[in-house]
Amino acid sequence: MRDDEASSRTAILAIGNTLIATLQGSIDDRAALALKDDLSRRVVATAASGVLIELSAIDIVDSFIGRVIADIAAVSKLLGARVVVAGMRPAVAITLVELGLELPEVETAVNTEQGLALLGR
Amino acid sequence: MVSDSVRPLAREAQVMPIVSDHDVVLVRRAARELAEEIGIGLVARTKLVTACSELARNVLEHAGGGRASLAVVSPDGARRHGVEVVFADDGPGIGDVERAFERGYSTKRGLGLGLGGSRRLVDDFALSTEPGEGTTILIRTWA
Ligand SMILES: Nc1ncnc2c1ncn2[C@@H]1O[C@H](COP(=O)(O)OP(=O)(O)OP(=O)(O)O)[C@@H](O)[C@H]1O
Ligand SMILES: [Mg+2]
Repeated sequence: MRDDEASSRTAILAIGNTLIATLQGSIDDRAALALKDDLSRRVVATAASGVLIELSAIDIVDSFIGRVIADIAAVSKLLGARVVVAGMRPAVAITLVELGLELPEVETAVNTEQGLALLGR
Repeated sequence: MVSDSVRPLAREAQVMPIVSDHDVVLVRRAARELAEEIGIGLVARTKLVTACSELARNVLEHAGGGRASLAVVSPDGARRHGVEVVFADDGPGIGDVERAFERGYSTKRGLGLGLGGSRRLVDDFALSTEPGEGTTILIRTWA
């Protein structure tokens, strides 16, 4: 196993009908795409009504990860689940705006607690 | 041909291949380590690392691979330090450079954000490309 695979794996946790996906460390493209597939599958399998994407451990979001997040939000919406992105670091948010990726279609919360509150938990 | 001054300050650099998406992660990490070493602040560092991610991925996606050369540099006689990263490939080159910087312009159904965006994220940016020969992009962020 490559040294970095463990740190780029993403845990998906289910609490009631909410799924929580915590992105870890330096996620690579394949791990991000795998997350998108896993999450869609889990949304259907668990009939989840909400998805929380927890980003506080992520030190950069580039256009690739940004697009994956936007895709997850769009797919989940089609599947009947609401998506909230929580815990984005301020430096990451500043960088994303300067990059030109504002993710207007994605709901956000300052931390996990508020994200879960938004999802009605 | 477009060639603003891609004139690296670095005499010696750490050269890293970019042939897989994992290499993009490694380049990102190496850039962050150099930035931390010379005390580049959190926001500037995050911007630099994000620009590295965009440009390394462009090398991979649009040129089929290449390399990144990273170094800490300081201009002659100056005490300030910066991180310099040069991305080089032998790919198809960029046909219309002006359009390539435009938001939304992508030849691969991307968002067309990477090139124009990364230029905004760093202090220095220079690009040189030749159709059929490849592309070289230099970026710098100062501490
Ligand atoms: N190293 C390169 N070699 C050849 N062409 C390139 C290179 N880098 C960029 N380009 C060209 O410039 C265009 C714009 O690049 P940019 O990074 O802005 O967008 P993208 O990579 O297509 O999409 P995004 O980065 O938003 O996912 C690319 O679609 C490609 O045609
Ligand atoms: Mg790109």
